[in-house]
Amino acid sequence: MNYGVVIYILGALMKAEAVFLLFPFTVGLIYREDTAWSYLITAAICLVLGLIMSFRKPKKGGLYLKEGYFVVALGWLLMSMLGAIPFVITGEIPKYIDAVFETVSGFTTTGATILSDVEVLTHATLFWRSFQHLLGGMGVFVFLSGLLPMLGGNSVNLMKGESTGPSVDKLVPRIKDTVRILYSVYLMMGLTEVLLLLIFGMDLFSSLTLTFGTIGTGGFGILNSSIGSYSPAVQWTIGIFMLLSGMNYSLYFLLLRRKFKQAFGMEEIRLYLAITFVACALIVLNLGRFYATFGETVRQTFFQVSSLLTSTGYATTDFDLWPEFSKTILIVVMIIGACAGSTGGGIKMSRLLILFKAARKQNQIFIHPRAIKKIKMDNSVVDHDAVRATNAYISLFFAVLFISVLLVSLDEHDFMTNFTAVVATLNNMGPGFNKVGPTCNYSFFSVGSKIVLIFDMLAGRLELFPMLLLITPRSWRKYL
Amino acid sequence: MKIIVIGCGKIGLSLVKQLTAEGHIVTVIDKNSSRLKNALSNLDVMSYTGDGTSSTTLREAGIGDADLMVAVMDSDEMNLLCCVIAQKVSKCKTIARVRNPIYNSEIEFLKNELDISMIFNPEMTAAEEIARIFNFPYATKIDVFSNRKVEMIHFKIRLDSKLSKLHLVDIRTKYNANVLVCTVTRGDKTIIPGGDFILEQGDLVGIVGARAEIHKFFKMFGVGTDRVPDAMIVGGGKIGYFLAKRLIESGIKVKIVEADKDRCEFLADVLPEADIINGDGTDRNLLMEEGLGNASGFAALTSIDEENILLSLFAIDHVRSKTVTKVNRINYDEVIDRLNLDTIINPNKVSNDLLVQFIRSMDYTRDSEIENYRKIGDDEAEAMEFIVKDGSHVVGVPLMNLKKKKDVLICCITRDKKIIIPGGQDLIKVGDRVVIVHTTSDINKLDDILE
Repeated sequence: MNYGVVIYILGALMKAEAVFLLFPFTVGLIYREDTAWSYLITAAICLVLGLIMSFRKPKKGGLYLKEGYFVVALGWLLMSMLGAIPFVITGEIPKYIDAVFETVSGFTTTGATILSDVEVLTHATLFWRSFQHLLGGMGVFVFLSGLLPMLGGNSVNLMKGESTGPSVDKLVPRIKDTVRILYSVYLMMGLTEVLLLLIFGMDLFSSLTLTFGTIGTGGFGILNSSIGSYSPAVQWTIGIFMLLSGMNYSLYFLLLRRKFKQAFGMEEIRLYLAITFVACALIVLNLGRFYATFGETVRQTFFQVSSLLTSTGYATTDFDLWPEFSKTILIVVMIIGACAGSTGGGIKMSRLLILFKAARKQNQIFIHPRAIKKIKMDNSVVDHDAVRATNAYISLFFAVLFISVLLVSLDEHDFMTNFTAVVATLNNMGPGFNKVGPTCNYSFFSVGSKIVLIFDMLAGRLELFPMLLLITPRSWRKYL
Repeated sequence: MKIIVIGCGKIGLSLVKQLTAEGHIVTVIDKNSSRLKNALSNLDVMSYTGDGTSSTTLREAGIGDADLMVAVMDSDEMNLLCCVIAQKVSKCKTIARVRNPIYNSEIEFLKNELDISMIFNPEMTAAEEIARIFNFPYATKIDVFSNRKVEMIHFKIRLDSKLSKLHLVDIRTKYNANVLVCTVTRGDKTIIPGGDFILEQGDLVGIVGARAEIHKFFKMFGVGTDRVPDAMIVGGGKIGYFLAKRLIESGIKVKIVEADKDRCEFLADVLPEADIINGDGTDRNLLMEEGLGNASGFAALTSIDEENILLSLFAIDHVRSKTVTKVNRINYDEVIDRLNLDTIINPNKVSNDLLVQFIRSMDYTRDSEIENYRKIGDDEAEAMEFIVKDGSHVVGVPLMNLKKKKDVLICCITRDKKIIIPGGQDLIKVGDRVVIVHTTSDINKLDDILE
């Protein structure tokens, strides 16, 4: 491990966080809140740390894949631990472990909270929670990799550690341009949503914070009822934008380049829309007369499916009260997750496609033992490495899932609570069922369980392997 | 600029490295996906697996809005085909590598008929460079400018040379020689020296001037300027063939040692004046038997770098005046530099320089064009030649009044066959050919030398 490079990049990250913290500080100033100053103090701490760490550019370059993964995992941990400080200073979340839980939940766009009442929080704090979704959604290192100078090796290794999906590719030759395109699409989408929400009568602060939560697929609300008490028009807007945020950003790139045929032919997007439709249809049938009107049933169903499939975690109703079949469908879509290359969490559509195709290939081999088959996606061959990586990912995913459930069950809560708490954090979802349902929170867990869930959130957001590398003692050695 | 490179072999890779370092947007196409992955994992470029001769692949890789396409696959015909197809689907300029000697006389015809911007032959360019050095063995590298009228000669100051302890100011004043020292590489640093600089033994010195003047200068310091009378070439590949042809033309006796029988037959057919020896060039007895000890020049041009280096290290102790080593790999530059080799030729670098020259000229064509581009002095400095056009800000101002950037030197002005080593009073006129040397690396047009 090249510590020179690791420390230099972490320093750049700290400097960036110092800048990010100025946003909630400004919000606090606007609303004349005393809590604003705690953000400035933390920004100063970050700045000093950043300046010290990136003071000297490493002499021996070498940002290879392992450094990329390592620095991303370590960076997210560090960023969350520092980002939690203002919550403690303001006293709004007195316990540090809770503050870290809340911050990790924010950056990983999980949206699981340990607060029972968010309406008492100051504007600065509410803004910081939601702003974390915006930063974590597309990725802080994706952002940094466009800014950092070449450090020997390749900045694309930072992007690989942070972006979602089985294979991370640049859209255009230069990483800087790729980052610019990704962030332009991301921010344009956000701007459109903010404008729409303003048109539907929401105030600027609410529309900004809720938009951050939507396009980052986060899920922190600013009311205890999440999105439940807003007008249907607002609920439809947020519902649709969640669905859009869960799509592969290559789609938007292709649309911008006017390659419509290629864009609409993307198998992943088709599967994504099909699953959304089927899940909605089944739940609408199952709900029957649960709600007064058919229109409301459709709205509630679409919002919940869109929210849980994209791993956002906003709620407009207490879906914990829904019939068992509908709840089970929700758990299934939670685990499936959004598209690769989106801001959403979960296993991802493209992995599901690869797995399904690999299974079909295996089945065909029983019929023709000597057949040679290739797994194809969007008309190009998925090479063996990608298939193997997907298989490994799935195995690891379930291993982490079961071990976490086992550890959390030491707290003696019921199985549904434990299981959905782990599923909701590992998939960066937010609310689960029973004691962690949409109207409840995570504060009752023991410190040990919270640490497990924090790990799950980070592992889920960074797609397991960077976190795994971080806890592999061997990777800490200077000479591997 | 947006550039597509087709073929990710040795030359493709070194070209891609150079182009990304210059800030271009590069996309690479190759048939072999694992080769692409390994070669490009640490470069900020986009790669496509596919056949460069397919218009679908080219379109996917974005030929539509590319400015330039460079085809450097193994096969000459594929490269030419690539260029033809690229021009049908896009307005970009095209460059092809064509190496087969049979196309040699056809290059102009192909360029014009197929509308290809540039056809280059790395082996031939490298051979020309080696031939120049055999013509003046004291040099380690010779670059030519202004239609071969101006030469830039790099040489090492050897033990007990009269050149060591030379005060640069004295060249013009005391010795009245019309030459200019443009770069000095001492240790691993290359600088543009001022008048009060003193040369030392071991320095790598670049000197520029008219050929006759340079020869006169060397004679003053007791350096022989005669060409080698005979040369032994190990390896009768493409470079060997081109080199032998050149040397024979300038009256140097050539002996080629080549292991492949068929190749020997071919060489004997096309080079009747040369002695073709069929044998293993690494066989010490064979080399001694063929008179290595009495040869004046030696060139190790086999396809294996390690073999070339070993052969040259052995030959240096036996050959009378000049050893040239061909090295294709660029990744271990600093190690090779540490070996006490004489002249090292890297065909990839030679063609990189050519392409960079072409690409930089594409960027700027208003007030001046890059006529010539060479990396010099351990690749830390660049020598460039421009033809001055109307509207340039350097025209008509005495050089001493020009607000030049630091580390830029105007070496030589060619005006109507007259070669001027400029002093402070001289000025540049429209139509002049100007050679500059600089170590800043962000110069694309003549006006860039100004602050």
